[in-house]
Amino acid sequence: MRELLTPRVNGDDVQVLAPVHKTLLEVLREELGLTGTKHGCELGECGTCTVLLDGEPVLSCLLLPVECQGREILTVEGMAQAGRLHPLQQSFAELGAAQCGYCTPGILLAAKALLEHNPRPSREAIRVALAGNLCRCTGYTKILDAVELAAARQGR
Amino acid sequence: MSLLQEHGPDAMVVAGGTDLFPNMKRRQFEPRVLVGLRGVRELGGIRGSAREGMTLGALATLTQVSLHPEILTHYPALARAADLVSTPQLRNMGTIGGNVCLDTRCNYYNQSYAWRKAIGFCMKKDGDICLVAPGSPRCVAVSSSDTAPVLWSLGARVRLVGPDGERVIPLPALYRDDGIQYLAKAPEEIVAEIALPPVDGLRATYWKLRRRGSFDFPVLGVAVALRREGEVCREARIVLGAVASQPREAVEAERLLAGERLTPELIDRVAEVAARPSKPLDNTDLVYYYRKRMTRVYVARALRELAGLPVGDWPTAMAGRNHANDEEAR
Ligand SMILES: Cc1cc2nc3c(=O)[nH]c(=O)nc-3n(C[C@H](O)[C@H](O)[C@H](O)COP(=O)(O)OP(=O)(O)OC[C@H]3O[C@@H](n4cnc5c(N)ncnc54)[C@H](O)[C@@H]3O)c2cc1C
Ligand code: SF4
Ligand code: FES
Ligand code: FES
Repeated sequence: MRELLTPRVNGDDVQVLAPVHKTLLEVLREELGLTGTKHGCELGECGTCTVLLDGEPVLSCLLLPVECQGREILTVEGMAQAGRLHPLQQSFAELGAAQCGYCTPGILLAAKALLEHNPRPSREAIRVALAGNLCRCTGYTKILDAVELAAARQGR
Repeated sequence: MSLLQEHGPDAMVVAGGTDLFPNMKRRQFEPRVLVGLRGVRELGGIRGSAREGMTLGALATLTQVSLHPEILTHYPALARAADLVSTPQLRNMGTIGGNVCLDTRCNYYNQSYAWRKAIGFCMKKDGDICLVAPGSPRCVAVSSSDTAPVLWSLGARVRLVGPDGERVIPLPALYRDDGIQYLAKAPEEIVAEIALPPVDGLRATYWKLRRRGSFDFPVLGVAVALRREGEVCREARIVLGAVASQPREAVEAERLLAGERLTPELIDRVAEVAARPSKPLDNTDLVYYYRKRMTRVYVARALRELAGLPVGDWPTAMAGRNHANDEEAR
């Protein structure tokens, strides 16, 4: 059984016919070719599949796209604007906050939502906002540094 | 409602899906029909005030509960418990209704199908014995909701809606001490809302033990609510989470508090008695005798917090968002 889905993805109105049992993660990757959103545990434990739904971070591996009709979805592909990296992408690249990069898309989006609510977060607030995003490579220090740097630059 | 009735045991309701979908993926649940509640407007929203009592729609997300100004100020234990559930992403999706109906957990059950098959299925799904307590006639999987013990301690009531109409029950009457039939409601009844009584001087707190400070299910939860007149306790509720298949009230310990002043000596005695009904088994994270011992420690710390006595270092396992904000405000 397929269904017609009509979410807004990265600012575009999308229409896609997809099997009803597919999660948002699978529809984004397999039906829409947006492979920036990563496939991790599929059980809600790693955060690498994070996308923003109406601006708030959610896990696309546990979301049915029927629940997203007409709502705004942002994936990592939508972060750069007019060929310019988002300040978070810039600071992650400069500080080497990604090693294998598998966790990076989810972390960028969770951090983006944080900075929108709280433009000058404390280190502890960054830690808490990223509590649901696991990284097996970096040890987190550079990730926290990069979020701080992006916040400082945006604040200027 | 009619869908639930028509499909009987083949149907399940889904709210945020943060418990149900992982369980379906591990084939712990195999419903043929899913009834999504998210489209039902009437089940959302948080209303009321500390003076007249509050109503939490079943679909209110844990994020909404943990950040609601009236709840933060007047029911801070509930805000803290909701804030300590899982991760920011999951709290944006997971609901308070789903949290009180959360499936019980066990190390032998929350595993993939292949894992469970390899070790031999247990009676909670696909098998007929209990792997934790082989002599046990029932499943002893663990109630793992963070908000349920707090709601219990606050005297919350639950409005259930079913095919035959609706009824309001005290929250404790929603539960049974059985790892499989852990809810005492009919399968086609849904939780529509949770009602909190007026605060009326009740002060409560919640302490959670988990392995990681970032996120983990509770392996022990302690909710304490006290109503005092001057120095004297008029009413006390101590409710333990994650020590049985339902939240467990430490009734004997509560009696010791009635009419007494909260001295450090009394707190130690109460904590010892409160730990008696805590009988964790070897089926969650962290060793069970440590969890048992921590019951006494956490009850004492919760009571000390309410008494305004020092509680020692704040455990990293309790570093939630609200706490981070408090630190910043200081
Ligand atoms: C990685 C991870 C960590 C987690 N950590 C915690 C934790 O620390 N503490 C904790 O308490 N939980 C935790 N959870 C579990 C879960 O996210 C929360 O309990 C959440 O509140 C469940 O709500 P939901 O709306 O997603 O429920 P759903 O998954 O939609 O439903 C859960 C169950 O309740 C039933 N149900 C839902 N709503 C209703 C209703 N209104 N009426 C009747 N039945 C209903 C469903 O049929 C299902 O059986 C965790 C989950 C994950 C994946
Ligand atoms: S307590 Fe026993 S029956 Fe219940 S889930 Fe665990 S092993 Fe299975
Ligand atoms: S893939 Fe969604 S949380 Fe791991
Ligand atoms: S950079 Fe490899 S998982 Fe984070």
